[in-house]
Amino acid sequence: MTRLLLLLLFVLAAAPAQAQDLLRANAPNDWLITNATVLTVTNGVQESADILVQDGKIAAVGSNLSAPEGIATYDASGQYVMPGIVDAHSHIAISSVNEATAPVTAQVGVGDVLDPFDVALYRALAGGVTTSHVMHGSANVIGGQNETIKHRYGVITPDALRLEGAPRTIKFALGENPTRVHGEGNEVVPQTRMGVEQVIRTTFHKAQRYMAAQAAYRNGERDAPPPHSERMDVIADILRGEVLVQCHSYRADEIYMLMEVFEDFGVTNYTFHHVNEGFKVAPELAAHNAGASIFSDWWAYKFEVYYSTAYNAAILTKNGVTTSINSDSPELNRHLYHEAAKAQHYGGLSDTQALSLITINPARQLGIADRVGSIEVGKDADLAIFNRHPLSIYAIAQRTYVDGVVRFDRQNDPDDMRLRVNPERPVETAYDWSDTGKRHGSCMQGTGLHATQRGLYLK
Amino acid sequence: MRLLLTFCLTLLLTAPLDASAQKTPGRQGTFALTNARLVTVTSDTISGGTLVIRADTIAALGTNVAVPDDAEVIDCTGLTVYPGLIDSGTRLGLVEVGSLSETRDYNEIGDLTAHMDALTAVNPNSVNIPVTRVNGITTVLAEPSNGLLPGAASMIDLHGYTPDQMHRSFTGQVLNFPSTGRRGWWDDRSPEEIEKQAKKAIKKLSDVWDRAELYARIDSAAAAGDRRAPTYVPSMEALLPVVRGEQALIIKASKASDITKALEWAAARGLTDQVILSGAQEGWRVADAIAAAGVPVLVGPVLSVPTRPSDRYDKAYANPGLLAEAGVQLAIRTGGAENVRNLPYNAGFAAAYGLGKAAALKAVTIAPARIFGIADAVGSLEVGKVANLFVTNGDPFETTTQVQHLFIEGYKLPLESRHTKLYDEFLNRNPGVTE
Repeated sequence: MTRLLLLLLFVLAAAPAQAQDLLRANAPNDWLITNATVLTVTNGVQESADILVQDGKIAAVGSNLSAPEGIATYDASGQYVMPGIVDAHSHIAISSVNEATAPVTAQVGVGDVLDPFDVALYRALAGGVTTSHVMHGSANVIGGQNETIKHRYGVITPDALRLEGAPRTIKFALGENPTRVHGEGNEVVPQTRMGVEQVIRTTFHKAQRYMAAQAAYRNGERDAPPPHSERMDVIADILRGEVLVQCHSYRADEIYMLMEVFEDFGVTNYTFHHVNEGFKVAPELAAHNAGASIFSDWWAYKFEVYYSTAYNAAILTKNGVTTSINSDSPELNRHLYHEAAKAQHYGGLSDTQALSLITINPARQLGIADRVGSIEVGKDADLAIFNRHPLSIYAIAQRTYVDGVVRFDRQNDPDDMRLRVNPERPVETAYDWSDTGKRHGSCMQGTGLHATQRGLYLK
Repeated sequence: MRLLLTFCLTLLLTAPLDASAQKTPGRQGTFALTNARLVTVTSDTISGGTLVIRADTIAALGTNVAVPDDAEVIDCTGLTVYPGLIDSGTRLGLVEVGSLSETRDYNEIGDLTAHMDALTAVNPNSVNIPVTRVNGITTVLAEPSNGLLPGAASMIDLHGYTPDQMHRSFTGQVLNFPSTGRRGWWDDRSPEEIEKQAKKAIKKLSDVWDRAELYARIDSAAAAGDRRAPTYVPSMEALLPVVRGEQALIIKASKASDITKALEWAAARGLTDQVILSGAQEGWRVADAIAAAGVPVLVGPVLSVPTRPSDRYDKAYANPGLLAEAGVQLAIRTGGAENVRNLPYNAGFAAAYGLGKAAALKAVTIAPARIFGIADAVGSLEVGKVANLFVTNGDPFETTTQVQHLFIEGYKLPLESRHTKLYDEFLNRNPGVTE
């Protein structure tokens, strides 16, 4: 029996990734999509255009494209094709979120706990999302490393979800969450925004010494290397620019603080998340070339977001800040196209500006704009097709392609899209969201605290 | 450092100003909205029409309406007038900052607090109110929420300086029907535990209602002089109008089996005619039963995930349409507080996923007005109704649409909120970057 099991494991491990796709193992990744209105984002709108997809990449965009005989075709007459949506902030498809045991936990990463069975991956696909930046939670000043994944729902090996070659990123968090968890919860620094700054500065100084000791050892100035520290290795990589900081933040003062700290340590390529008061320091964000990844309109759920405005995206964009709109929620990620449209209601952004908020801008912030975020020849064929302009409230996603493979098709998908059913739970869980509403985000999961619209509660 | 200092000073100086200057007063008078498209909702849409507002009332509307001499004329060429939108379930005005308990006034301690009155705790000066109404929402149900019988919910107009000025006549008791659903990822009770707790809660509800009925009988007997008054119990006193069939009972239930049980319970207690279901996220599963009972439903939030992992991804969007198809009378609720402003978008998603635009508009105007018994005053553009209305440059559910004018109880209100004021100040901040 054991031998049989081992054999089975061996077969599973040896099989190519495609064979481990429960839904689309033999699906084509060559396509000719015809007669669509193509919203390229980076190169205007093309009416009645075709898109040729070969080997999962965009091979051509234009009118009356010729394609190899026998290629799968999709008649998109009257429909709109946009780049697959990139969600720059999510906590889906991971089995834990926070390592809330210390203010600095750079050594951990959510890439180790990817869960390809999470049906939230599919539900986001049904809203046109093809890439998600799956993040560690916001309990720690310097949290864990994040993972950029593609919504290849159907694959069952965690590795098959990763966006190969995406830059490494790490979560930082300022303000109420880390001060509540560590200062108030455990009586360790930080309890204040002063403490938050010093946690970062102290950690960076230690990493500089760690790097100097490593260099000294390499140069023969030291007999032994410094004791190995996974944590310090990651921090050192931040200082070297190899790990991009993605920082949870709300208030203008803390945003400004971190820009000053980064300037002192030569860290240049980073993005603030949530950043509800980013609009107050928009000129400074632009001057530092810092990204801002925001909610469309979430506010007032805690004090540090009370002085917010839904015009944040418009103010940031018009001040030249690379801005994205993210979900941080398995509800909002299903209609990010609608969240982007709100930036037209609040501040009158153009169609292209609004679409950029959920495509090319988040791709730039994550360092993956060479792969995704626009419809350009050579990029991954990650495409979302809608029956109307996706910025219309009445738009319904029809098809979503990831690497040229149809992963969502409104015409041909069954209701129940779970990949795995727990046989020990005969009674299926039914959630009642009518009271907690849509804010069942999980950025504080694992901290013992959870936020509902009734307030913060201890689990 | 200098920059930081300047910045902090700016913050200090602007914050209190911002808080104290939330509203420019509105004004009543005589207004004539001319050359307008009038979407009356209850009768045909009128093109090139005029609508006259006098004090708090719609005084006239139509194509052959004379503009009164004293009227302030607002040319609405290219614009459309809609009745104010109604949200059928919110905590608006009852909470300011979600995570801060000192600003939360919708959740009194105890399971049995029917004598709590949400209207009492409505803060007319909540920063959230202008933020909401500038999107065309003029009236909402403010409801208490904790415990079995949390208290009375009240309909309020989103303008006024005292709760009474805001009150739009409807008051109804809320019953959180014992739930067998989970509240979120943190709710990790076993199915058996959930079942057990719900059973206990239903037993408790049954006992409470026995008491309430007994209390009402004793009270009636006392009024007829047959015996002395019952020992005063505030929550029982508050339930008298419900037990006597004089007041609505809003039953919150979402899981299919809970809805079914709630309908059975209401029938057994003779309450069916007074019951309004709220939430009803799995309403589509038992739509026929709801329709058969003739119970109206306040459905939503529409922008929500399905209740079960096995459900089709769009079930929450499709729920209103499926309920309507079964013949259920429905209105839409957001269940929100600071983002009740998204009501038109909840309606838009419901429209796209099966309800249709006309029915979706009704579900946030005349339908709730009828369900709550306030259709003589609001919910459509009709002569004699209260002037709760707004003017847009397009479809009120589309995000590109902008509200151009807003009237609540005839008050022409400025289209200002904290959000617009921060935009005005910070779009082109001065000073900008200083090195």
